[in-house]
Amino acid sequence: MQDFEAIARPGYRHRHLLGTEGLTPAEIGYLLDLAENYAVQDPRAHQHSPLLSGHTVINLFFETSTRTRTSFELAAKRLSADVINMSVAWSSIKKGETLIDTAMTLNAMHPDVLIVRHPDSGAVKLLSEKVHCSVINAGDGSHEHPTQALLDALTIRRRKGKLAGLTVAICGDIMHSRVARSNLHLLTTMGARVRVIAPPTLMPSGIERLGVEAYMDMRAGLRDVDIVMMLRLQTERMQGSYVPSIREYFRFYGLDRDKLAMAKPDALIMHPGPMNRGVEIDSEVADDIDRSLIQEQVEMGVAVRMACLEALTADLRAGDPRVPAEGR
Amino acid sequence: MATRSEAGPTAYINARLLDPRSGLDEPGALFADQGVVRDVGPRLFNDGLPDGAEVIDCAGACLAPGLVDMRVQLGEPGNEHKETIETASRAAAAGGITSMVALPNTDPVVDDVAGIEFIARRAREEKLVKVYGYGAVTRRLEGRELVEMGLLSEYGALGFTDGLQAVADAQVMRRALSYSRTVDTVILQHPQEPSLATGAMNSGELATRLGLSGNHLLNEVIVIERDLRLVEMTGGRYHVANVTCAESLEVIRRAKARGLPVTASTAPHYFTLNETAVGDYRTFAKMTPPLRSERDREALAAAVADGTIDAIASDHSPHDQDAKRLPFNMAEPGIVGLESLLSLSLALVHGGRMPLLDLLRRLTDGPAGILKGRADLTPGLPCDLVIFDPERPATIDPDHFLSKSKNSPFEGHMVQGAVLRTVVDGRSIFTSDLSTPSGSTPGSSTPGSSTPGSGRQAA
Repeated sequence: MQDFEAIARPGYRHRHLLGTEGLTPAEIGYLLDLAENYAVQDPRAHQHSPLLSGHTVINLFFETSTRTRTSFELAAKRLSADVINMSVAWSSIKKGETLIDTAMTLNAMHPDVLIVRHPDSGAVKLLSEKVHCSVINAGDGSHEHPTQALLDALTIRRRKGKLAGLTVAICGDIMHSRVARSNLHLLTTMGARVRVIAPPTLMPSGIERLGVEAYMDMRAGLRDVDIVMMLRLQTERMQGSYVPSIREYFRFYGLDRDKLAMAKPDALIMHPGPMNRGVEIDSEVADDIDRSLIQEQVEMGVAVRMACLEALTADLRAGDPRVPAEGR
Repeated sequence: MATRSEAGPTAYINARLLDPRSGLDEPGALFADQGVVRDVGPRLFNDGLPDGAEVIDCAGACLAPGLVDMRVQLGEPGNEHKETIETASRAAAAGGITSMVALPNTDPVVDDVAGIEFIARRAREEKLVKVYGYGAVTRRLEGRELVEMGLLSEYGALGFTDGLQAVADAQVMRRALSYSRTVDTVILQHPQEPSLATGAMNSGELATRLGLSGNHLLNEVIVIERDLRLVEMTGGRYHVANVTCAESLEVIRRAKARGLPVTASTAPHYFTLNETAVGDYRTFAKMTPPLRSERDREALAAAVADGTIDAIASDHSPHDQDAKRLPFNMAEPGIVGLESLLSLSLALVHGGRMPLLDLLRRLTDGPAGILKGRADLTPGLPCDLVIFDPERPATIDPDHFLSKSKNSPFEGHMVQGAVLRTVVDGRSIFTSDLSTPSGSTPGSSTPGSSTPGSGRQAA
């Protein structure tokens, strides 16, 4: 079920970026190549790229986030966009103003790109149907977080030179993780083999139908993998509700030297952050500069988000005299 | 067809008579007077029509007992912005329903005599379809203290249920079933174990893909299996509403085979749609229990046909846009169903699964029997009828629904079957435009050009 239109015309031809599910290899490759261009540049050199000059980007976060929001903000500012940050406590939204009302208010502000994070799966999609601009999903509930998956893919591709043929293990709270979903869709689309590792209480049903192999034994799951992708375990899920205790979780599902030894000798470690050291990952492993890609992931985050902003605003610039062609 | 609607002597001629209780399925006529069926049969009026009777020519259409919808949410009292007894009654009339039974999960909850009296009084004022109510099993639906089942029954409560909540506490359920025997009433259970049923849609691949929490079908089976043990222990009459999955049907089948006093119902959406209707977070496809897999949908259709399912109810759940245009997790479950109950159910007949008479049994005599009522054409009974054309093609258009809320996932759904006239106590409370011949283009909407006010003039 490939999108031949997308293959015939390289580029990203959707209005929104809501998820990695359904993207074609060509589209993903295009976004990664675009991001690669930004990644190799000295950040200071294109700080004033005029690409989005005169355009408005709104960061609309219904869930607290520092890292993702800052990363998007930096990406937009490096492209000279006017950036507005709106943090909305979802609890107060529940009382009166609905998501639809919010969309109507935003339409009146005429933004060009809306970057949205929301605690409910599907909420960003709902909003995207009601607003007049492009929307980037910065994380919706347990559903998708596409820019995280793209930055992970870019990080892997830069180190390993490819995605196809690699074996990637995603470990942790698969059930509630939008990072896991976006990553497994993207990686399987690009030809990587994906394993998911979690205790049965944190493994969603039917996950195998998404084209991955499921493991509850972490050692078995890590055998001969190229990439170990750890997920953050939310505090509220640690204390007896999904797993009996932190120390028990760490014993069986925390990444330490011992378990890592099951992976390939050159296997690399990733984490979307922020890490819980001693919960899902051992400090010694997390800080191993030869193995850990965690700092690099953060750097790639800005490059990938610049690429996404560029791709989604391509139509805005068509025939726009404000931006010279060489400014792209 | 005449449009008079007085409850004087009326002859319904040229009908295909369908009476599930007696097994009658023949061309013939029915004579009613003073709101009561006087005579019915294939050879009626062979010696000429009675003098002074209004004649309604059914022109070959089906004439059956009015439908009994045993599971409806009215919105009144407390949620009149979603539905009122008046709008629900008009919608029911348009759907061929002559009696409906309201869930007690209103605001305030129907857990005392005053609540039951309120519904009865409002229904009398509207003078459209017959509106009955269930009492709550427990006060304020809190699942702890039993309501005054005996008194509520005396005032007309047809059964007891905590609405969209299961009676979760086994001890409370045991006592409810046990005590219900004193008034020979029925306990209706919503089969969802609350400690497990936290998911927004059926668990499985699609829920995992969408990042929605899953609701496993065993949440339903667990409640039913437990309750059946309690039924065995107490002898109380038990009804499972909104059965959605093959496993539940197996359990119910076994219990029936053992002679336990258990009955079951489902709603058309459960045998018409499967979980894929949720698609991209369509909240109109959010139900409780949720839509299940295709395998379950198939099993339900078969169970309606073989009688494991005794009744089809609309499970009418009106919601305004503010309750549905939300992230999927937060949206209210349920759909409006009064006006699509018959046409959606008829698909089982058109699909060759069951004879028309059997389907009508699930919509008339079946539910009436569970509630100790009657819905048949026996002379002496109230003249509550539906006259319908089972073949007429139509496209469901919620914008034409008379219900105040339009939350239906069946917009644009092609059906066959249209209600032509609904009669309550001999008065026509709904008539559709019969001038359009059967077999009109499928693009036309469900007959919505009703004259629901006509019944009120005759009062």
